[in-house]
Amino acid sequence: MSLVEAADGAVKAPQDRPSAAWRSSLLTTLGPIAAAFIASGLVLLAVGENPITYYSYVFGRGLFSSLGLEQTLTRMAPLLFLAAGLIVAFRAGIWNLGVDGQFLLGAVAAAALAPVLVGTMAPWLVLLLGFLLAGVVAAVWSMVPALLRAYQGVNEIITTLMMTFLGVSLANALVKLVFLDPETTVPQTRTLPVADRLPRLVDTTISSGLLWALAAVLLTHVVMTRTAFGLRLRTVGANPYAAAHAGLPVGLLTVVVFAISAGFAGLAGASEILGVNGNVRSDWNPAYGLTVIPLVFLARFHGVGSIVLIFFYSALLIGSESAARRLGVPQDFNLVLVSALLIFLALAEWFDHRRKTKGR
Amino acid sequence: MATTTAAVGLVDVTKRFPGVLAVDRVTLDFAAGEVHALLGENGAGKSTIVAMLSGLQQPDGGSLSLAGDKVRLGSPTESLRAGISTVFQHDMLVPTLSVFENLILGEPWWRHPDRAGVEARLADLSRDFGLDVPLDANAIGLSLGERQQIEIARALLRDSRVLILDEPTSMLTPQGVEELGARMRALAARGLAVIFITHKLGEAYRFGDRISVMKQGRLAGSIAPEVLRQKDEASAIDEMVHLMFGADDRAAAPKVRGATPDGPVRLAASRLCVNEASDAIAVSDVSFEVRAGEVFGVAGIDGNGQKQLAEVLAGQRQASSGTVMLHDRDVTNESVGRRRALGLRYLTDDRLAEGSVGSFPVADNTVLKEIGAAPFFTGGFERRQTIAEHARQLIARFQVRTPSETTPIGRLSGGNIQKVLLGRELSGDAGVVIFNKPTYGLDLQNIAASRERIAAIAAEGIAVLLISTDLDELIELCSRIAVLDRGQIAGIVDNDPAAHAAMRQTIGRLMVGERLVDEAA
Amino acid sequence: MEGLLTAVFMSSLLTGAIVAGVPLLLAGLGEQMSEKAGVLNIGIEGMMIFGAYVAFYTAWSSESLWLGFVGGIAGGMVVAALMALLCVRLGLNQIVIGIALTLGAEGLTALLHHFQFSRTYPRLPAPERLDVPGLSDIPVVGASLFSRHPVVYIALLMVFVLAFAYRRTNLGLTLRAAGEKPAALDVAGGSVVGLRVAAVLFTGAMAGLGGAYLANVAAGIFIPYMTGGAGFIGIVLAMLARGRPIWVLIGALIFGAALSLTTALQVAGSNIPTDVIQMLPFAAVMVVLVIYGRRAQLPAALGFSYERGAR
Repeated sequence: MSLVEAADGAVKAPQDRPSAAWRSSLLTTLGPIAAAFIASGLVLLAVGENPITYYSYVFGRGLFSSLGLEQTLTRMAPLLFLAAGLIVAFRAGIWNLGVDGQFLLGAVAAAALAPVLVGTMAPWLVLLLGFLLAGVVAAVWSMVPALLRAYQGVNEIITTLMMTFLGVSLANALVKLVFLDPETTVPQTRTLPVADRLPRLVDTTISSGLLWALAAVLLTHVVMTRTAFGLRLRTVGANPYAAAHAGLPVGLLTVVVFAISAGFAGLAGASEILGVNGNVRSDWNPAYGLTVIPLVFLARFHGVGSIVLIFFYSALLIGSESAARRLGVPQDFNLVLVSALLIFLALAEWFDHRRKTKGR
Repeated sequence: MATTTAAVGLVDVTKRFPGVLAVDRVTLDFAAGEVHALLGENGAGKSTIVAMLSGLQQPDGGSLSLAGDKVRLGSPTESLRAGISTVFQHDMLVPTLSVFENLILGEPWWRHPDRAGVEARLADLSRDFGLDVPLDANAIGLSLGERQQIEIARALLRDSRVLILDEPTSMLTPQGVEELGARMRALAARGLAVIFITHKLGEAYRFGDRISVMKQGRLAGSIAPEVLRQKDEASAIDEMVHLMFGADDRAAAPKVRGATPDGPVRLAASRLCVNEASDAIAVSDVSFEVRAGEVFGVAGIDGNGQKQLAEVLAGQRQASSGTVMLHDRDVTNESVGRRRALGLRYLTDDRLAEGSVGSFPVADNTVLKEIGAAPFFTGGFERRQTIAEHARQLIARFQVRTPSETTPIGRLSGGNIQKVLLGRELSGDAGVVIFNKPTYGLDLQNIAASRERIAAIAAEGIAVLLISTDLDELIELCSRIAVLDRGQIAGIVDNDPAAHAAMRQTIGRLMVGERLVDEAA
Repeated sequence: MEGLLTAVFMSSLLTGAIVAGVPLLLAGLGEQMSEKAGVLNIGIEGMMIFGAYVAFYTAWSSESLWLGFVGGIAGGMVVAALMALLCVRLGLNQIVIGIALTLGAEGLTALLHHFQFSRTYPRLPAPERLDVPGLSDIPVVGASLFSRHPVVYIALLMVFVLAFAYRRTNLGLTLRAAGEKPAALDVAGGSVVGLRVAAVLFTGAMAGLGGAYLANVAAGIFIPYMTGGAGFIGIVLAMLARGRPIWVLIGALIFGAALSLTTALQVAGSNIPTDVIQMLPFAAVMVVLVIYGRRAQLPAALGFSYERGAR
């Protein structure tokens, strides 16, 4: 359509003043959060629960009890690793919706390797190899959608979703058929002794996986925003044609993005096994993946923002686990909350965009 | 004006876009039985008027009129119902549908397609207006001229009383333009109001009964039929130029520069071929040489392999056979980055979709082809100060109008984006520059400035390959002009300022299938 | 003895293919229309599970299976209406909203189920079957193919109804225009938004019916998360079918057979773990995508909202 005038219209729009930009992004972050809590609260009311009691119990438990807070901080580790992977993917314009499968396969890989190696080498080396294998296995698992997207142009949304279903089943099959611990009746892998897991932070029960995960998110943020490599990935994500025009190997970079993103998901699985659980039980699938996506979106792919949001979400998870036992509200409620968060976030961005384009 | 009835009109119409007054209190009538040429530069407001008449946009002030009555055209459906059909600049056919399916598009979904009825009516139309409509062909395989005929047929099938043609000649051969002109005249003779949007003065004179000139959103003036009939082409064009620019601006007329320099060969293609997937245009057996200080032109109708040729030279596309030589070096299998390092630069025709990343700041866009290279990056990290300083210099040197180097480049106008890209390609040691349609879509001032710059670059001793669909531009700048037709060079013509008319004729014939046989000799 | 075993195996495989295939077929046919019109409807999984819950709740409280199906269709359309409002009318990101609707519907139905049925786990009475006279008595295949719930025949009928509508009316080309070049449909006087809203609602109705079938016919009970990716398989079926309803049917039957292979194998006395069997259909899709990836053509404007004049 030859609406040249319309396109040129955007040109003379005055620049946003920084304070106004800040206010608008704060509004489009806190607004959806508040709206999501209110809307989900209405759902609670509808099923006969008092939302205020529920929310205050959940956050009291997840944030303001020392044990709860320690659990919250421990739970952050896998979520942060997942966020690091999603930040890379989303900034590079890739929809990696297969993180749950990648996470589980990473977990199974770590659980299969680490207990076998215990005693044959230094404990830190066992852990390192466990993490490494988890990352590599997950990265390799992502190669099918990666290659399809990079060289055949197949939409990765569908393929990564398929690979998640496949990965969850494969992880289960591996636990039951290949890596089954013969010494227990419960179908699970061999267990990494507590002494050989990631060390706890001084005088607490917080797994030191948290520190590595924090480092992963911060490193990712710096790489994606400050380095040549990050700029290459962002260029591919923002405009693959411009990337090809500038001589970037778009296909190869796409594959690399998948590998990094899935690798982080694998590390997330390893951190849960090598830091907390010690083994993988059959049919275990925390399905963190799809719920971290809204948080990363809400933080607009920003590392520090993601950390803050994941802290609160983690508290919500810990609190709701307890609430499921004490108040009888199942954890499925978290899905409702996350869903509302995504919808209101999208709506807030829409209103913001409309206000900006109409107001001038 | 009193003798003819206005089929459709604008009454004191104003239309604003954020920061722009696109149409400013324009009152204009389009009469039945007339070809009304609407003339103006890019951004003068022509396209906005088209958008309002076709129901895509609504006026902010004033109103539209239909046969003298006030009317609101709130959607394309309402516009069509009012008898107004539009052939847009970029065709509005669905590529995956057949011609027949495209013709009936827009009818209620539950209805059964009436093939026999359409065939019967088309038979009449084809006879009267020389339209060629292959009903079962797929729209994707048709040439631009054929697609345009289908859109005209679609308008006639709807019994439209007003036909708007938005820049219909911009992609046609000289012969195609004449055919279209004759067709517009025939339609007007049948009583239709034909609105012919163009920015070419000669066409407006030859095909228009009445000419109206738009300038910066305002109606600068009109030439009535009785006045127009008494003028010869030269004096009519003088008046149009006067209306468009306020003075007889002779700068707009072509001035010829290209002399053939005898510097060393910088860029050479020899028997270059590119294989393409089934239905796309391939480049086959293309050979030429560009010397230092020369502007070598490539003419042709859009979509005849220009893009593929540019990309295979720049390294974005793999050659299936043949060689590309850069400074006596075979670079056929070298990467884009390597060729750039050797001094080859490529200014793409697609500023928005390929040349720039709209969401990135201007500064990042200036180094998009140097990611990771010193001095903008050290140890893999960005040196923001250096990049910003480089961008500010580029902005100053190329007179880019932007609030700052941190503004997302997508917010700039086309002309300013083009300047940024030009600056990017010319920074560092450029030896050979490929321009693909460098002035397409720019306003006259920017066009003139860009052409000056291209001439200046050549004068510095750089070899320039200039791909353009604008023959005037090629004649103004080039020493030799190759004509590309269906991926092949149909012939290479020496630019002869003394014999313009004959040369245009030759080039036009080469564009549509004739070949210069003894060119090699 | 061996012959009997094979017959029983074949019969249960066929039955399974149909029982498991019908929800996939309905989801695939629904998704196909959205995709044709240019909407990548990732929320279909949510539409199915919500349809399943509403269908079960309606059937349980009204004691009418037929009302249950009406409820299922309505439930699917409610979620679809939300999708249509957010993605088609407002033009929000189809993937983000699709994920949100799927997560939300899964969580909400699990929550409602918990408060409504978690202590009682009521079961619906076995659904009536419609025997096709004469054919249902054929040995081996008779009972599998011709003694099924009416919804099965409705789903099969839809294949031919849609195939007819796409070919013989303007519906097919109008949808294709909306998915391929919405601006062209707009300036030709069609309504892009209206058509897309209708397509998404149709998807919701079909997905809801599929969910209703899962809960009320196949299982007789609602279980949280019981759709287990059926909607996503529907998306893939629609993608691979290249706009032809008959290919959705063929794909759905193949998938249904793979999904029900576990039961059939157990009947036949084999003992391959369910996890391995469950991988088969997904693995099959990936293999198909690897082989035919380039040919899984999607409409050019799929996933992009249409705003007049924006481009």
